[in-house]
Amino acid sequence: MSEHTHHEESFFRKYIWSTDHKIIGLQYGFTALFFLLVGFSLMMVMRWQLAYPETPIPFVGSLFGEDGLLLPDIYNSLGAMHGTIMIFLGIVPLAVGAFGNYLVPLQIGAPDMAFPKLNAASYWSYLVGGLVMMSSFFTEEGAARSGWTSYPPLANIEFGQTIWLIGMIFLITSSLLGSMNIITTIVQLRAPGLTWMRLPFFVWAQFVTSFLLVLAFPPLEAAAVLQLMDRVVGTSFFLPSGLVVAGEVMEVSGGGSPLLWQHLFWFLAHPEVYVLILPAMGVVSEVIANNTRKPLWGYNSLVFAAVFLGFMSFIVWAHHMFLTGMGTTMSAFFQTTTMIISIPSVIILSALFISLWGASIRFNTPMLFALAFLPMFGIGGLTGLPLGFAAADIYLHDTYYVIGHFHYVVAPGTIFGLFAGIYYWYPKITGRKMNELLGKIHFWPSLLFMNGIFMPMFIQGLAGVSRRLWDGGLEYAHAAGVLHWNEFMSISAWLLGLAQIPFIFNVFYSLRSGEKVDNNPWQATTLEWEAPSPPLPHVNFEKLPEVHREPYEYSVPGRNRDYTPQTEPKKDQY
Amino acid sequence: MNIPYTVEERPDTGLYNAKLGIWLFLASEVMLFGGLFSAYVFLRFGAPEGAFHEWGKELNIPLATINTMILISSSVTMVMSWASLKLKDFKKYKFYMGITLLCALGFLVIKYLEYTAKFDHHIYPSTNTFYAIYFTLTGLHGLHIIGGMVVLFYLWMPGSKMWHSKPEQFTNRIETVGLYWHFVDLVWIFLFPILYLL
Repeated sequence: MSEHTHHEESFFRKYIWSTDHKIIGLQYGFTALFFLLVGFSLMMVMRWQLAYPETPIPFVGSLFGEDGLLLPDIYNSLGAMHGTIMIFLGIVPLAVGAFGNYLVPLQIGAPDMAFPKLNAASYWSYLVGGLVMMSSFFTEEGAARSGWTSYPPLANIEFGQTIWLIGMIFLITSSLLGSMNIITTIVQLRAPGLTWMRLPFFVWAQFVTSFLLVLAFPPLEAAAVLQLMDRVVGTSFFLPSGLVVAGEVMEVSGGGSPLLWQHLFWFLAHPEVYVLILPAMGVVSEVIANNTRKPLWGYNSLVFAAVFLGFMSFIVWAHHMFLTGMGTTMSAFFQTTTMIISIPSVIILSALFISLWGASIRFNTPMLFALAFLPMFGIGGLTGLPLGFAAADIYLHDTYYVIGHFHYVVAPGTIFGLFAGIYYWYPKITGRKMNELLGKIHFWPSLLFMNGIFMPMFIQGLAGVSRRLWDGGLEYAHAAGVLHWNEFMSISAWLLGLAQIPFIFNVFYSLRSGEKVDNNPWQATTLEWEAPSPPLPHVNFEKLPEVHREPYEYSVPGRNRDYTPQTEPKKDQY
Repeated sequence: MNIPYTVEERPDTGLYNAKLGIWLFLASEVMLFGGLFSAYVFLRFGAPEGAFHEWGKELNIPLATINTMILISSSVTMVMSWASLKLKDFKKYKFYMGITLLCALGFLVIKYLEYTAKFDHHIYPSTNTFYAIYFTLTGLHGLHIIGGMVVLFYLWMPGSKMWHSKPEQFTNRIETVGLYWHFVDLVWIFLFPILYLL
């Protein structure tokens, strides 16, 4: 705003200890992308063991032992940490921390988040949590090795779990602070005229996501506290009496229940699935509306579906627990709610598909990623239905089928959505576009190899191959016919790693050499494109915007341009 | 940088930012304690018939009753201190806030006495599932009291200077911290019957 003189801030205050939502968003973004790379690297190592069991790992083998072999304990650590890092350190911070932080205030025409200091605290708490997690690799006990789900009694007695729990408590605190902030910002700081049904769908997606984080994470925090008590103080929240480990009865006070952990854990972790997918749906909606040059089909149904999805996600958690013997009544209930929750997901996906109908589509890199998101998420979602049926789940539970299902949702689904967002909003952040050719070199191989990794998992899973096996299932006769796929999947994974190099290069290369663009290079309608590129520190806009229109007024007949920004006053108001 | 609605209310929502923020925080706290309460229910049903009641007989009901009184009084004085600010009476604010802090301290002292009495009788969190959940719930609640005391002390002593420069914002701060304080009080009102009386 004009009355504010921009006093120079020191480098430290401006980029490190910043309270500006844009800088914090970028801090979140770079940290999360780094962790995504780390989590992916762990998996690339594990895939060597699966493709070529018990042969020394090339290049990095010496990190895992003198003979370069991946031993079962380390394999388990890598698996547990891959899941933990990807979900809690990679995707959620990228989708909510980075995208939410950077874009929500811009899209609602606010000068900053409602609580800038809390925002900074949220980032630093995330970073501490991340470092605590990573530090566990270097301790004598090693990193957690009980899976990212940390089921007791195994997690209660395995090494490395204590540090995992402490890390989680930091991460949960971080996401609580961040999501409270996003909700308050959306409710309180919307620009004049920006009514609820004029919000871009991305903002709605962030709004629902933040509610899930605020309400679902605390029970996991409770569970983490209980497990920490079990490990440190010697309580038996999750340990039953007479527990036998390695042929001997364990000395525990007993009386606890391993199932209690699963209930508390999945009460978080199912809404968490929607935390992973909703922001990506938001990003994809923005990109699709812009590049089809049409209003989104069924904006209202998208919004109501997202809200309903958020609500339902709290009452489906026990479909992860059909095999625990919790009883058929419980199973029937959770099977029903699970089938119901697929309806809003299908509404969202259908609305996005129908939006493409009759459009003159611009096939730029962000749009390619957004378009790929639709079928990839579709495959991920539809393969989830058999898992939601208790009877089918008995067969498929804990097989590679499950791994294929949720990776389709999160990897070529969410991650593609977030890639679309990075390519789409890069010009707003830097004032330059990312290189299109490099973008396409990034996109096509990524699409191919993503499917190369995850499609065969369905084949292996349907054959009954269990997940989390160090040798990939060599000992099992039923696996023999499908194990040859392991090599194919592993090579796909390594090539997928290579395919990310053009992206990493592009991010830095385009900073200096990308095509210079004006404030609104995509001819978009929403508020963030009214701000300068990059937006002004701390205030974003030269003059806080006023909103007069719906979010996606593209190709309205009778107008001289094919887009009308939300800030443009209506004719009769002149 | 000036963020709108830090002090005054937004007309269409009727809230200032921090008030919505604290309510969201309390919602997450409800879920945190809700998770632990459901753990309590789960363990109670899992234990042998009547065992939780039997184990809980060791607890000191008179002391806990006194503590309940103390916490409720502190909630009352908390409201009085906020009301004093609304009436522009800074001296009374200081007085009532001091009493609130004193109550909190008293609560912790009694809790300390209870804890040490248990340890003297060789009752620890690892004794059985009842004491596991007892120590976890009351311990976490105690941490909330301590956290609240830190903030209350700041607003009582060094932070109270703000009254002279930004009285309205300072009053809002007392209101939001008061909401938190009532919540901590409310948690105890649930803890008292389920742990001591049932």
